[in-house]
Amino acid sequence: MKQAGIVIEMEHGRVKETSLGMITLAGRTTESLTALVMDGITDEVTDQLAAHGVHTIVDLVLPEAPEIRQNPAVRAAAVVQAVRDRGLDHVLGLSSPEGKDLLPRVAALLDAPLVMDCVDVDLEKGLAETSQYSGKVMAKIQLTGETQVFGVRPNAVPPEPKPVKADVVAMTGDKAVPETITLVSWDDGDAEGRQSLVEADIIIAGGRGLKNRDNFSLIFECAQKLNAVPGASRVAVDEGWVPYALQVGQTGEKVSPQVYIACGISGSIQHFAGMKTAKMIIAVNRDENAAIMANCDYQVQGDLFDILPELIRQL
Amino acid sequence: MRIYVCVKHVPDSAANIHIVDHLKIDESVPFLLNPYDEHAVTEAVALKQQMPDSEIIAVCLGKKGAESTLRSALAMGADRGLLVETDAVCDSMATARALHAAILKDGSPDIIFTGKESIDSEGMQTQFRIGALFGFPVATNAASLDLTAGKAVVTCELAGGRTRTFELTLPCVIGAGRGLNTPIYPTFPDVVKSRKKPITTLALSELNVSAAPGSAKIVAMTPLVQKRTPRKITGAPSEQAAEIIRILKQEAKVLS
Ligand SMILES: Cc1cc2nc3c(=O)[nH]c(=O)nc-3n(C[C@H](O)[C@H](O)[C@H](O)COP(=O)(O)OP(=O)(O)OC[C@H]3O[C@@H](n4cnc5c(N)ncnc54)[C@H](O)[C@@H]3O)c2cc1C
Ligand SMILES: Nc1ncnc2c1ncn2[C@@H]1O[C@H](COP(=O)(O)O)[C@@H](O)[C@H]1O
Repeated sequence: MKQAGIVIEMEHGRVKETSLGMITLAGRTTESLTALVMDGITDEVTDQLAAHGVHTIVDLVLPEAPEIRQNPAVRAAAVVQAVRDRGLDHVLGLSSPEGKDLLPRVAALLDAPLVMDCVDVDLEKGLAETSQYSGKVMAKIQLTGETQVFGVRPNAVPPEPKPVKADVVAMTGDKAVPETITLVSWDDGDAEGRQSLVEADIIIAGGRGLKNRDNFSLIFECAQKLNAVPGASRVAVDEGWVPYALQVGQTGEKVSPQVYIACGISGSIQHFAGMKTAKMIIAVNRDENAAIMANCDYQVQGDLFDILPELIRQL
Repeated sequence: MRIYVCVKHVPDSAANIHIVDHLKIDESVPFLLNPYDEHAVTEAVALKQQMPDSEIIAVCLGKKGAESTLRSALAMGADRGLLVETDAVCDSMATARALHAAILKDGSPDIIFTGKESIDSEGMQTQFRIGALFGFPVATNAASLDLTAGKAVVTCELAGGRTRTFELTLPCVIGAGRGLNTPIYPTFPDVVKSRKKPITTLALSELNVSAAPGSAKIVAMTPLVQKRTPRKITGAPSEQAAEIIRILKQEAKVLS
């Protein structure tokens, strides 16, 4: 029977919802699910994983020192060791900021094929679906090879409960620490504790319609009240109103939230390239002929300077 | 310093993409140097300004037409080009093997630059595979680079304004991100001068690259259009806001 290893991401000591969703996705086409945990296992983590269908939990037991345990090369080597020790056929991880620096390392070390940013996978057949050409095309990709690696787009599927009994095994032993790449420092910016754009359930994004940097506080305030993550169009970034990290689109982040609220954004092809897989799009725009108004789920025609303050007031 | 820059020949991001036989794109669209690879070339040129006895070699795996992308790299300041020519569609595993073999045959690199990803296949991985084949360390989505005392100090961008700074021993592979620099925009004289710079072409078959132990092959392609049917939310701003909140609670179920 094929064995799938799932690289788990955690936040505040709990398994991320997006990681649980990935377990659900993997469970649709494979029976045997092994979770690979690098950031410590607690009863809560075990319960979360077992509740979603994981049979085996492998604690990779990384060195304590943060500059070692956070080094993606160290983490990749540990994952590869687990894949070999446990005889895993598939490796899945999130196409998250961390995953983008981890999974390709794993695939390169294993010399195994990899598809990043999958919106669907079929582990039985070795198939992956991902967007290409700046989000203009959906490609179905056939992987071959003894081991296959998949980067799954956060929120590709929501987690579903599937309670099973899980065993925990610790993978002690020396962890390879490469001498050629060392992590010397890191900066979590002002994003400490804030969800990343790609993993957000709700995104509220602003564009040129916000007019200046100060007005962008409307977006931040709404985001806070909604427990949403703020985003922006390229214009807002290029004008210097918000940092590049907030940009959604072809040259920014590709996101698939449950709800995307676009305020004062016209809906250019390049912006759509980053958010068209959102489950629901709500457009707030004063121009009923804006492109986004024709391709959203709810059009709110009006002045965002009237609507957003109302939203903040009512929340 | 011997600096190699991997440049890919990709369809212009502004082009409309048409799919043929549900399997591939219609290639009669303009092709350009992959945008992230422009940052890679620009960084190589900046290094050469610090160390004038450096040589910059742009390397590309692609069809004959990919020569124009190598010309763009030469116009931006690369010294010569190396085209590994093939009509075959190559996945990342095969591409990395070809680029590795071509570079190895040409000389010994001190730094290999790539982009953080190609905008056509969006693989995000070739740099890591090249690194693994050479046994060189890799950093990707680089936003700054400093060479000091034979080491590369690279700051890489994660999302959300977060960064990580690595120290890499040389030789190394660096995947350029958008924050690394502002791409050089060649002047007309640069373009003219670049026409005299040499491009060597070798057939992929000449490199005798061994087959990879796995592959990733496109078996179907569909245009990603999601047609939505918009419903209007009307009324005074306060009513519109109330309706948005109702939808978030009752339909999207993202608010409680
Ligand atoms: C290679 C390339 C890559 C690109 N990558 C990206 C990318 O990643 N992301 C991205 O977003 N763009 C990208 N762009 C830019 C893109 O083409 C558009 O220029 C950009 O998305 C437009 O941003 P906008 O919608 O904020 O501005 P505009 O197109 O100017 O739209 C502003 C909208 O706000 C509305 N508005 C104005 N005032 C109000 C008000 N008071 N109330 C309500 N509505 C109001 C207007 O009706 C209008 O529809 C890229 C372009 C290129 C060439
Ligand atoms: N065919 C190719 N020729 C030259 N460089 C390439 C090729 N394919 C990928 N690369 C390099 O590898 C980087 C990452 O590509 P990818 O893994 O396809 O996202 C690109 O930005 C290029 O620098």
